[in-house]
Amino acid sequence: MQKLLLLGDEAIAQGALDGGMSGIYAYPGTPSTEITEYVQHNKYAKENNIHRDWSANEKTAVEAAIGMSYAGKRAMACMKHVGLNVAADAFINSSITGTNGGLIITVADDPSMHSSQNEQDSRFYGQFAKIPMLEPCDQQEAYDMAYDGFILSEQFGLPVLMRVVTRMAHSRADIERKKQKEQNNVKLPKNPRQFVLLPSIAKVQYKHLLSLQDKLIEASENSKFNDYIDASDKKIGIIVSGIAYNYLLENFEDRKLPYPTLKIGQYPLPKAKIEKLFNECKEIIIIEEGYPIIEDQLAGFLGNKKIHGRKDGTIPGDGELNPNIVANALGLHQGKFLEVPEGLKNRPPQFCDGCGHIDMYNALNEAMAEYGKGRVLSDIGCYTMGALPPFNAINSCVDMGASITMAKGAADAGLVPAVAVIGDSTFTHSGMTGLLDAVTENTPIVVCIADNSFTAMTGGQKSHAENRIDSIVRGLGVAEKHIRVLVPLKKNHDEMVKVLKEELAYNGVSVVIFRRVCVTHYASKMKKKRAESK
Amino acid sequence: MKKDIILSGVGGQGIISIAGIIGYAALAKNLYLKQSEVHGMSQRGGAVMSNLRISDKPIASDLIPFGMADVIISVEPMEGLRYLNYLSPDGWFITNLEPFVNIPDYPSLEEITDKIKKIKNHVILNADQIANEIKAKKSMNTVMLGAAAPFLGLEMENFETGIKNIFGSKGEDILKQNIDALKAGIKEAEKFYK
Ligand SMILES: Cc1ncc(C[n+]2csc(CCOP(=O)(O)OP(=O)(O)O)c2C)c(N)n1
Repeated sequence: MQKLLLLGDEAIAQGALDGGMSGIYAYPGTPSTEITEYVQHNKYAKENNIHRDWSANEKTAVEAAIGMSYAGKRAMACMKHVGLNVAADAFINSSITGTNGGLIITVADDPSMHSSQNEQDSRFYGQFAKIPMLEPCDQQEAYDMAYDGFILSEQFGLPVLMRVVTRMAHSRADIERKKQKEQNNVKLPKNPRQFVLLPSIAKVQYKHLLSLQDKLIEASENSKFNDYIDASDKKIGIIVSGIAYNYLLENFEDRKLPYPTLKIGQYPLPKAKIEKLFNECKEIIIIEEGYPIIEDQLAGFLGNKKIHGRKDGTIPGDGELNPNIVANALGLHQGKFLEVPEGLKNRPPQFCDGCGHIDMYNALNEAMAEYGKGRVLSDIGCYTMGALPPFNAINSCVDMGASITMAKGAADAGLVPAVAVIGDSTFTHSGMTGLLDAVTENTPIVVCIADNSFTAMTGGQKSHAENRIDSIVRGLGVAEKHIRVLVPLKKNHDEMVKVLKEELAYNGVSVVIFRRVCVTHYASKMKKKRAESK
Repeated sequence: MKKDIILSGVGGQGIISIAGIIGYAALAKNLYLKQSEVHGMSQRGGAVMSNLRISDKPIASDLIPFGMADVIISVEPMEGLRYLNYLSPDGWFITNLEPFVNIPDYPSLEEITDKIKKIKNHVILNADQIANEIKAKKSMNTVMLGAAAPFLGLEMENFETGIKNIFGSKGEDILKQNIDALKAGIKEAEKFYK
C-alpha cells in the first residue's frame, strides 16, 4: 500500500479517514490542531463531505461527535489535554450512554508544557470513564489505532480514548496506509432509550458498563498493541507505554531488549501479561510518559515486588521523557556530553510586528495607571504575552474564559473596577456564559475583547466570533451605550485611553471591543487566496 | 548510514523548510526518517528547534539522545549553542553568523563567536550576506543547508529533489534561487574543512 510521510497528528487523521470516519469535531489546541487541519485539506474528505469544520469549544465538539455516533456513523473528536476538562461532562456521560457508530475521542497531552498551562495526563480520564484507551508508540501505530479504533468502539459499544503526546503529535515519520473503508449508513440505536440518561436508565447502563470491564481486559490481553517481548535477563522486567517504548529501544543496538518487556498500547491493562512479568522478574521498572498512572495501578497489585518509576525518583516526577532519562533509569552508562555554554539569553515568544494587541495594552496600561496594579484578569491566546515585559499588563491566565468570571469574582470581592482581557475565539469558546453572569448582576467590570478575527495563537484558524461579537454582546444584555468598538492603532491611542477611562468609571458591565485583524494570519490568508485564484 | 541532525533558529527563519528539504532528500535515497519539532507558543519570535534523524535502518526515538547529533545546523548564532549538549564530540556545528536580535539583552556577537570557535568542528558563515550577494534574499536557510550538505550523507541530486519538492510549486525563479543558494553554501563552507 501507499507510503506517506506524516506527523503523528496527520497519521491519526489519515487513519480515521481510511477507517470510515464521517466527521471530525474539534477546537484547536496545541499539539492536537493538525489532526483536524489535515482532514480539512484532504481531498477525499472534501469529495465525500466528511464533516471537518471547527467547533466553538471542546464540549460542543464531543457532543456533536456523540450525536454523529448516535446517528450510526463514525466520528472523532479531537482536543488538547485541557480541552478534555472542558468536554469532561459530555465525555464521561458518553461512557454511560455508550455509542452506536464508532466514536474516538483523541486527546493530545503536552508533557513538559511546551505550550500549555499544565501537563495533565488524559489516561486518567480514560480510567475514570472505564472505557478502552489507545496510546500509540509511533506514527504507524497512531495510524493503525485510529483505523482500528472505530471497530473497537463498535465492538463494545463504547467510546474509545486515544492519547498521544507532543512528541508523537509533532514528529514526522513514514506510515503505510491500509484499504479505505466505507462509511456507515445512518442507523438509529437499537435501544431507543440508550441515550436517555434518566436515573432509572443510567443505573442499568452503568451496570452494563461495569459488566464489560472484564471483556475490555480480555481485549487488551489479546491486543496487537500490547506486546510481551521476552528476554533472558530476568533481573528487571520493564513495563513501557506509548512513545516511551521508542526511547527504550533507542538505548539498545538493533532494538534488542535485554530484559523482558511489556509494551502497552491498549488499556485497561492486560492483567495476565503483567502477572507473567511479575512472576518472572525480580524487580519492575515502569516507564510511562506523563503521570505515574500504570505505576499507581500496580502498586500493591501483586505482593510487594519492588516497583521503580516516577514515584521513587528512578524517573523524574515531572516533565517529558527522552532516551537519556530512560538510560538513566536502567542504569546504562552514558558518556559525558558537551556543556551548553553559560550566558545564553532566553528568547520568549513575542507579539508580531504591528500586532493590534500591542496597541490595546499600551492604551490599557495608561488608562489603568490611576487604579494601580493587579486588576486585569486575562485569558489564553496571543494576548497572554501581555503578561511579559515590557507590558506587564495582565495578572492572570487560568483556563479559557476565566478572565470574565474572575474579574466578576474580584469585583464582587470589592476590587472595583476589575478588567477582563479576552480574545475573540476565547470569548466564543467560553466567555459568553460568564458575561451573562456579569450582566445578570450588573457587576462593575470592563471586558476588553481583543478581536483579531482569528484563533491566532494556535495557527490562525477561523474564529467563530468573526462578525458576531457585537450582536452576541448585545444579545447577552450589555447596554448599547457601554458596548464600545475601537481600532487598536497607534494613532488611536488617545481615543482608546479616553474610552477606557469612561468605562472604568461606569458602575456596571462594559464591553470594549478592540477590533483589528491579525496582521500575521490575515497576510497568510490573503496569500493563500491569491495562490488559489491563480 | 545514520545521521542525527539538530536544526535551530528563531520562529519564522525557515528551519521547517530545511527539515523538509532534507526529509525529501532522504526519501529520495530510500532512507528512514524521523523529524520532530515543537509547534505552538514557541513559533512567535521565540527559539525553535527540530530533531531530524535519517538512517538506512528503522529509527526508534523521535528525539536525538544527548551527545549523539552528527550535525547542528543553526540559522542563528546563539540559538545553536543552546543545544550543544546534543552534539557528538566529533560532530559539526554549522551556523549562520547573522544574529537575530529581538531581545533587549542579546549578548555581544564577539562573545558568541568565541564560544562557537571553542567547538572542535565548526563552520561559521554569514548566510544572510551570501544570500543577498547571489540575489536570493529569502534563501538564507538554503545557504545554511548547503554549508551542512557535505555532512549529511546525501548526494547533491538528493538535495535537488528535496528543493524541488519544497519549492517546486513556487515557480522557476524561486527554485533556481534555492539551488544557487545551496551551491553557494557548499562553496563557502569548504574553507573550513578542505
Ligand atoms: C480548553 C483549551 N482549549 C484550547 C486551548 C488552546 N488555545 C490557547 S490560546 C487559543 C486561541 C485563542 O484565540 P483568541 O482568543 O482569538 O486569541 P488570539 O490568539 O487570536 O489573540 C487556543 C485555542 C487551551 N489553552 N485551552
